[in-house]
Amino acid sequence: MSSQTIQNLTRGIIRENPTFVMLLGMCPTLGVTTSAANGLGMGLATLFVLILSNSAISLVKNFIPSMVRIPCYIVIIASFVTVVELLMAAYLPELHAQLGIFIPLIVVNCIILGRAEAFAAKNNMFQSVLDAIGMGLGFTIGLTSLGIVREILGSYSVFGWSFAGEEAYPMLLFIMPPGAFIALAGLIILVNKLRGVK
Amino acid sequence: MLKISTAPHMNSPQDTRSIMRDVVIALMPALVAAVLIFGLNALTVVLTAVAACVAFEYLTCRYLLKSTPTTGNLSAVVTGLLLAYNLPSNMPIWMILIGSFVAIVIGKMAFGGIGKNVFNPALVGRVFLFISFPVQMTSWPKPDFLNFLNTDVETGATTLGILKHIDAESSATKLVGGLENLPDYGQMFLGYTGGCLGEVSALALLLGFAYLLWRRVIGWHIPFYYISTVFLITGIMWLNGSNIQVEPITQILSGGLLLGAIFMATDYATTPMSRKGQIVFAIGCGILTVIIRRWSVYPEGVSFAILIMNAFVPLIDYFTIPRVFGTGRK
Amino acid sequence: MAKNHPIKSSLTNMILALVIVCALSALILGYVQQITAAPIKAVKDNMELKAISEIIPEEFDNNPFAERTYITTSHKKKLMMYPVRRNGKIIALAIKSYTNKGFGGKMEIMVGFTLDGNISGYKLIDHKETPGLGTKVAEKSFADQFKGLNPSKVNFKVNKDGGDIDAVTAATISSRAVIDAIQRAYDAYSNFSAGL
Repeated sequence: MSSQTIQNLTRGIIRENPTFVMLLGMCPTLGVTTSAANGLGMGLATLFVLILSNSAISLVKNFIPSMVRIPCYIVIIASFVTVVELLMAAYLPELHAQLGIFIPLIVVNCIILGRAEAFAAKNNMFQSVLDAIGMGLGFTIGLTSLGIVREILGSYSVFGWSFAGEEAYPMLLFIMPPGAFIALAGLIILVNKLRGVK
Repeated sequence: MLKISTAPHMNSPQDTRSIMRDVVIALMPALVAAVLIFGLNALTVVLTAVAACVAFEYLTCRYLLKSTPTTGNLSAVVTGLLLAYNLPSNMPIWMILIGSFVAIVIGKMAFGGIGKNVFNPALVGRVFLFISFPVQMTSWPKPDFLNFLNTDVETGATTLGILKHIDAESSATKLVGGLENLPDYGQMFLGYTGGCLGEVSALALLLGFAYLLWRRVIGWHIPFYYISTVFLITGIMWLNGSNIQVEPITQILSGGLLLGAIFMATDYATTPMSRKGQIVFAIGCGILTVIIRRWSVYPEGVSFAILIMNAFVPLIDYFTIPRVFGTGRK
Repeated sequence: MAKNHPIKSSLTNMILALVIVCALSALILGYVQQITAAPIKAVKDNMELKAISEIIPEEFDNNPFAERTYITTSHKKKLMMYPVRRNGKIIALAIKSYTNKGFGGKMEIMVGFTLDGNISGYKLIDHKETPGLGTKVAEKSFADQFKGLNPSKVNFKVNKDGGDIDAVTAATISSRAVIDAIQRAYDAYSNFSAGL
């Protein structure tokens, strides 16, 4: 694999991480990460849609006139999101109930359309899938780590496994909306520190 | 002391340190009242909060911001005192530490330190604790005069808590175990009632207010307009009939209204600069306090009201800042 | 992006592209919808059926979900009722009730009643209570005190309001909401059983 190929795959994970660096898709990031499992589920759903949409768009890009490309991309993305939602409702009902409205909202997640427009529309299918995997994994990592932090602080458990007794008092604020902002800010500080950003 | 400060370079005996010292002195009567009413537990809570706030400010300055620690100006002491005054006296120590951390590091230093914070740090800490640990934050020990060691403390509802619960009831059972449990004016004025440790004694808080006015640390406008707004609105509702359960005087003496109006709605950094702006700010706080007390699920709304109005301060300043003479409106 | 694009936009090719893309996605969606329709329905039915079997301790042999019907409270509110039978005889009723007094607004709850009017249990179906606090009303420590209780024979209020039910500490609102929903279900139950 050429270095460019490897870069396409790894770019989304740290250097251009959608959650911590590009701050894309903040709505599901803040909304569903009340627990690690929810964050992981949302991340994987997005990853799945991203792979499908990136590969489909890179395949059809040469047949779509540029003036109608955005409506076409949106129709393609929306179809895949609906497919994911139907499948999830049928086979993962618990997760579907937890994520609720945020599943259909994947359609308007700017990561998906952003990658379609910025990458898949200019590259071949193989590279586009790599890009989707990288970006999707970056998003999944972001959401899962935010979910882990919030779950640890807000309910004293990790992936539903509780490490404190019945009478423990976790910081409930962290599983409420304001806690999402505080935890995200903390993680961004950490990631910036790791990336050496001043 | 040689100081380099930003404009205006006015020559005045007042500086941050002396102002903060006056605020600390003004807060002392309430501390005495708290210890008399709730015992030595109150002192432990206050000392923990103050020590933690100072320590967190020092550590943040020294190791995160790598600047000269600003702990010398006593503002962290004031934050610690105010935070402690907003807690029940039986608050677990580790929760006080978390509250102090949030107040100083998130509420103040993250914005750039003293003078740059948008929200009142002590209230940020209190609201964080209130939302995170509602069980501890709403089980107030009953007052137990001069029982310093707090043998057998019971917890009970505050005046506003009692009201809220009557409120939720149907009218037929309104009076069962309700209104007659309310403390009378005298008890509320002296502070012989359940509540956060620094908010219960109106007398002590008013003494502090008088001292601050005499030292010209704060103006009378914000507390006056804040409290009168609450008085007026609850008065109208009271006269109007069944809209509210108690008369305006109880509304003023109960909860954190006096503490908030005198010490927290007057914080320099988080309130408007112009007189007109301060009046708008105070009236806004008053309206929000009544709304939250009457219609929300929380019994007390002072801290939320002040924080919400803090967020409006830049907007209020924008509209009320005096124009430079001779220039037009944009 | 628009530059050096292989296809120049014209009215015909734009319409054609949109039509083809939409037709293809409609095809895919239709197919997926068809294969998932049955499992989704099963999941939905199952959720209520599972709730019913959790709140009715006795064995039953009918499908209460298939026999569901609306009953009304004395305030003319319609609630869904699921008759639970054994050997064709009704042994208990499950009633889906609601309240708007929850901390997070509306709360849906399935309440089971035995024929003597006692609560056999309840289960939260849908709610927006605070996790870790209001959600404790779904836990055994709170829910178990309702078992075998007849709302008309006890003071059916939380202890803070002078009643017999111990509210969850610091979640009085959620506790009151559960009681409100059960009261509504009981209302419908007694209305219905009067005509039974």
